[in-house]
Amino acid sequence: MSDIVATPVLKKSPNGAVPPSERLSLRSAVRWESGLIVVLIAALWFGFAQPNFASGTTVFFMGYNMGEIAIMALPLMLIVMIGEIDLSVASMLGLSGTLMGLLFQDGWNIYLAMLAALVVGALGGALNGVLIAKLGLPSIAVTIGTLGLFRGLAEPLLGANSVSNFPASLTKIGAAGVFGTHFSFSTVVFVVLAIIFGVVLHATPFGRSLFAIGLQSEAARFSGIRVDRIKFWLYVLSGVLCAFAGILFSLKNASARYDQGTGLELNVVAVVLFGGVSIFGGRGTVFGVVLSVLIFGTLQSAMTIINIDPQIQNIIIGVLLLISVIIPNGGEALRRIRARTRRSV
Amino acid sequence: MTSNTRMRRLLGAATAVALATTMAACSSSSTTASPTSSAPAVAGGSSSAPAPAPAPASSPAVSGSSAASAPASSSASGSPSAPAGGKIKSGLKVYFIPRDTQNPYEVLADAGGTAALKELGGTVVVSSGSTATAAAEIPSIQAAIQAHADAIVIAGNDPTALCPSLAQAVAAGIKVVSFDSDVTCPDHLFINQADTQQIGTSEVDLLAKQIGSTGDIAILSAAATATNQNAWIGYMKQQLAAKYPNMHLVSTVYGNDDPATSLTVLQGLISAYPNLKGIISPTTVGISTAAQYLSTHKNVKITLTGLGLPSQMKPYIKDGTVKAFELWNPSDLGYLAGYAAASLASGITTTATGAKFSAGKLKDYTVLAPSGTTGPSVVLGPPTVFDSSNIDQFNF
Repeated sequence: MSDIVATPVLKKSPNGAVPPSERLSLRSAVRWESGLIVVLIAALWFGFAQPNFASGTTVFFMGYNMGEIAIMALPLMLIVMIGEIDLSVASMLGLSGTLMGLLFQDGWNIYLAMLAALVVGALGGALNGVLIAKLGLPSIAVTIGTLGLFRGLAEPLLGANSVSNFPASLTKIGAAGVFGTHFSFSTVVFVVLAIIFGVVLHATPFGRSLFAIGLQSEAARFSGIRVDRIKFWLYVLSGVLCAFAGILFSLKNASARYDQGTGLELNVVAVVLFGGVSIFGGRGTVFGVVLSVLIFGTLQSAMTIINIDPQIQNIIIGVLLLISVIIPNGGEALRRIRARTRRSV
Repeated sequence: MTSNTRMRRLLGAATAVALATTMAACSSSSTTASPTSSAPAVAGGSSSAPAPAPAPASSPAVSGSSAASAPASSSASGSPSAPAGGKIKSGLKVYFIPRDTQNPYEVLADAGGTAALKELGGTVVVSSGSTATAAAEIPSIQAAIQAHADAIVIAGNDPTALCPSLAQAVAAGIKVVSFDSDVTCPDHLFINQADTQQIGTSEVDLLAKQIGSTGDIAILSAAATATNQNAWIGYMKQQLAAKYPNMHLVSTVYGNDDPATSLTVLQGLISAYPNLKGIISPTTVGISTAAQYLSTHKNVKITLTGLGLPSQMKPYIKDGTVKAFELWNPSDLGYLAGYAAASLASGITTTATGAKFSAGKLKDYTVLAPSGTTGPSVVLGPPTVFDSSNIDQFNF
């Protein structure tokens, strides 16, 4: 992953204009990632200090616990990069798993059921995309709406029942790593996707256009970037990958339920923001998100081994998330407030 | 346009902060008190839950080898009559994984388990998530595997979603015991808090004793579709027909486990049947609502009993509104689970039907045959009756 470097991007000045002379050096983008590396080393050091941490089993368990979150974080990262948000990710995970379970229970071929779940993922993403990109509605409101909608659609499909008789050849992804290794299936999928996302984001004109949209979507539009179309397809991509995560989630648990993954959107957003992707858009690296996934996985594993109270674990994760928002944006926010007060005086 | 951008930024910042705070606060809001009406989720010792798909073999254990049939280390075979045929190994490490860490009912159960292991020279680690979901319990199962625990005692938040993880535990040589809420995975022993039939009949007996086995009675239940409640009510009717010809069940009403609804249907009952002598409410919400109403309407002379939480019912026992009610003792439940886990891990009992083990102060238990969706199980015993003599000892 070392070949992924942060792309130099234009910096947005406090008043929203983009002075062409002012270029964001690699510095500030890289600095966050180097901070993450330090945190990761600290987390690993903390982990290895615990008994029974240093084992292949830990690697498998981390993949088991973080895999779907990590997969959903990749498309969300792009959406956040362009200055939008998608909070419906975990609900889509629930809807797709439930639908697959229901169809399989009704006698469908399991692979057809998966395909149907992916199609529904694309449709759900397209719904988000139409409302946000074509109608110009605020993404936070739209995706809070679809967060409720997707979960609501899933509920009557199975009710309180669960489907659990999936073929053992597929559910074994929840019991053992692939090809005799300790890497879970979802880990492998994530690594492959992360490489693709990294190349596309950091080494193609398309990736560059995402940064441009995030920094100044109007300017991007006038320079010929099809902002609305890109936005729409990013939401479709998010829908499909979340549906895929839902399939993996059901198979690894060998059970599909409508409430599976409830609340996971918080973890996904946390991973993305802690990975250094700016909530205001225009800044972020795939490498940062990968580091963030590793940090969250390591911390969770280590804290569970030494049986830290889950409430304390939540506090630690919440504080990490706050830090990730405050440090990169605090300085600028402060400057803006100061400028405003000076103007009003 | 500039102001538009600023708006967006502000909105973004607000979202981030809101998310961060919810992240910390939201998932730690564990409010589930276990024994509400739906809590005895799988209280199906004999014939309770209608089994939709009785296919236990199709469960998704991939790697777990069957430990059900006499393992090599079964030293119990030499002593057929004495339950404690072997010796409990010392230094056993048992992971107790409750539905979540704050649930007051299971805090008591975990304490019972800790006491059991202390008697046996072992240790208990209590580990779970902050929300009552299967996903939150999986890391604890993983921690038990990594710590090379001898046994896991789990209250499952989902009957099936924990199975792949539990199968890994079984494959790692860990014995699995479930309690409070069963899982459908193979290779484990379920500690049933109470037998469905026993709950139904004992509640009728309890009421009959208080009203002299005569008069009109009614049932205030949870939802009309609640599986547990309906199974209990079925046995109540059988018991009434068989033993109490002078007690007449005039109506069964449903409060949907909502205090307001329970109160409305209760008032309807009282005005429709002025001669009503007794009410059985086999749900904690129903009985506490009815007790509150009766304690403030002393002119209504109705005897109330059912399944209740001692902490909620204590004031009504104290002021005489309610004489006695029932529930199983969660502390004993955990204690029994602890002994079962230790006995399995020591190889002195198995999950085979008829296998025996001793559970300290609770005496001896025999593993029951699987029935319906319930696999091998033992039943704790008759429910505990709470009245003014013992109510102060319980705080769940």
